[in-house]
Amino acid sequence: MENEKPSVDKISFFDKPKNVKRILYLLYGSCVLLLALDFVIHRHVMHRWENLWGFYPLYGFVGCVVLVLVATWMRTFLMRPENYYDEDKSAVDEKPDTNVKQSAESGGHDVDA
Amino acid sequence: MLEIPPFLPFFISAVIAAVSRGSIRNVIMLATPVLSGLHLWMVPDGIHLQFDFLDYQLIPYRVDKLSLIFGYAFHIAAFIAIIYSLHVRDTLQQVTAMMYAGSAIGAVFAGDLLSLFVFWELLAFTSVFLIWARRTQRSYTAGMRYLVIQVLSGIILLVGTLFYAAENDTLAFSFIGLEGVAGWLIFISFGIKCAFPLVHNWLTDAYPEATVTGTVFLSAFTTKVAVYALARGYPGTELLVYIGAVMTCFPIFFAVIENDLRRVLAYSLINQVGFMVVGIGIGTVLAINGAVSHAFNDVIFKGLLFMSMGAVLHMTGRINGSDLGGLYKTMPKTTLLCIVGAASISAFPLFSGFVSKSMVMAAALENGYDWIWLMLLFASAGVFHHAGIKIPYFAFFAHDSGIRVSDPPNNMLLAMLIAAGLCIGIGIYPAALYSLLPYDTGYNPYDATHVLAQTQLLLFSALAFVWLNLRGMYPPELRSTNLDFDWIYRRAAPNALQSIFSFISKVDTALRQMFLVKLDQFLAFLSRRNEGTSGLLSRTYPAGSMVMWVAVILATYLFLSFIH
Repeated sequence: MENEKPSVDKISFFDKPKNVKRILYLLYGSCVLLLALDFVIHRHVMHRWENLWGFYPLYGFVGCVVLVLVATWMRTFLMRPENYYDEDKSAVDEKPDTNVKQSAESGGHDVDA
Repeated sequence: MLEIPPFLPFFISAVIAAVSRGSIRNVIMLATPVLSGLHLWMVPDGIHLQFDFLDYQLIPYRVDKLSLIFGYAFHIAAFIAIIYSLHVRDTLQQVTAMMYAGSAIGAVFAGDLLSLFVFWELLAFTSVFLIWARRTQRSYTAGMRYLVIQVLSGIILLVGTLFYAAENDTLAFSFIGLEGVAGWLIFISFGIKCAFPLVHNWLTDAYPEATVTGTVFLSAFTTKVAVYALARGYPGTELLVYIGAVMTCFPIFFAVIENDLRRVLAYSLINQVGFMVVGIGIGTVLAINGAVSHAFNDVIFKGLLFMSMGAVLHMTGRINGSDLGGLYKTMPKTTLLCIVGAASISAFPLFSGFVSKSMVMAAALENGYDWIWLMLLFASAGVFHHAGIKIPYFAFFAHDSGIRVSDPPNNMLLAMLIAAGLCIGIGIYPAALYSLLPYDTGYNPYDATHVLAQTQLLLFSALAFVWLNLRGMYPPELRSTNLDFDWIYRRAAPNALQSIFSFISKVDTALRQMFLVKLDQFLAFLSRRNEGTSGLLSRTYPAGSMVMWVAVILATYLFLSFIH
């Protein structure tokens, strides 16, 4: 299934750090531009918070940072080994080889071909 | 005139698919949604099929604007998913997929609760085969859990229907509302299928375990049927606003730390359904339009995302973010199509999500749900974060996993291309979609205020992603299972039951043991009391008493022989 293509061994677009930098600068530029547009475009606001300068940018940025930090913190008490639910019976029998077999089986291969 | 109910062609072609092979089967399966869809286009509003059953009137086929738009969406979804699965050589999947699509279409045109119940259960029984068709132990158990919960929802619906018939003396499916036992039971039944919080785990549990093509079918139908049912039975029910707002927010936390990328999409499916549920709960003309059009768009863009991840799974055999990366080098077309889906779900202007989601947001503000609006705004930023960036980033970019596979087969690419075309088409020319909506609101999503606000929100969310990544604060993809509410019934309840039963059996054994010991002691006590007394309960008898009894017997003999 793995079709090796000789052409891919050449350096791809994102392999060059310069290209990644360019994309990032493009993003930074757009962000600054969008903030600046806040001064130019007159909004028809429906809510008083929308009038605060930079409400949407700030909300998007802070919201996402909080989202990621909280989610990372959730890992501390929600994360379990990958075969957590698979090992219920075999773990009692102390047979390590059955565990290995199970995780290999459930390793996400599809059978529709 | 007798109209053909649109679910019938699907059921018939499922039967034909069961007995045919190869290109004949493919042609029939492809033609079904096209012809049925064209036919549906011509059908006027109204009741087209009804008959009496016992004392009630059943309406298996009723057409109005609300059912029509879901009907169109399901035909499009079925068509795309069938193209996507043309390469599959598995009769089980093809037959059940057709029946599943037919059941969903039947459900949205059902005009009474009993017909709805029939299609509701058919949805469960046909779709579970798309999960089992993966043929792994994991998919088997996940499918079982899925089936149990889906059938439970159906049974609650049936009981609710019976109560409804008793309360209102009709089975007609129209506005129900949260009044009486029937209203609540039917609400709970719809809620289970709609993946309300705490009953959502059937979705995140089973969808990622289905086959590559099965998940594409699954993502389109079940939850959208539930959204339709809520939109018809419970518009303007305030409780839905709060339930929906929770649905938009909590899954995104799980999506951020989930490793299986199809499970990430399953969480984001709940998040999107949340927007629809909020819209239905607000219940104004604009909000209902927003909910319905978002359901229409979600069928397409969520399908597109599941198809692109399916393509990755199909080609690489892997779907965990920790195993993937760098695939853009050899799967450029899939990458591009996935990004279109990601942009649509994130509601970028000019993509389909934008023209529908903004209606729900605007309705929330208009009706004074300020805090709900803030939650939706947070969820919009969050959905961009996990579905818009995380999915394409970890699959196609991030670190190079070294996997070199080509783009998937052409039928898969074509299906994704059609979906992507629709996403962009609807985004650029939303009037076409708006003309199909139940109400005419004259809403225009493309004013400067909306476009600027949404673009700012999204680009600064992207900035947050970049910043967190550069700072090394972004949680890495880890091979793991994250506990969710299903832990209660997959681990806690079985463990609790196990310990309760082992406690009961211990107590039981101890009690029996104690009883036996006591009985022994009692018997010993009795025999000791009667030791050598020649009583009925004594264990030993004195020799004298035996001699006496022998004498008695001999005397009896003597007496008998004497009288003989």
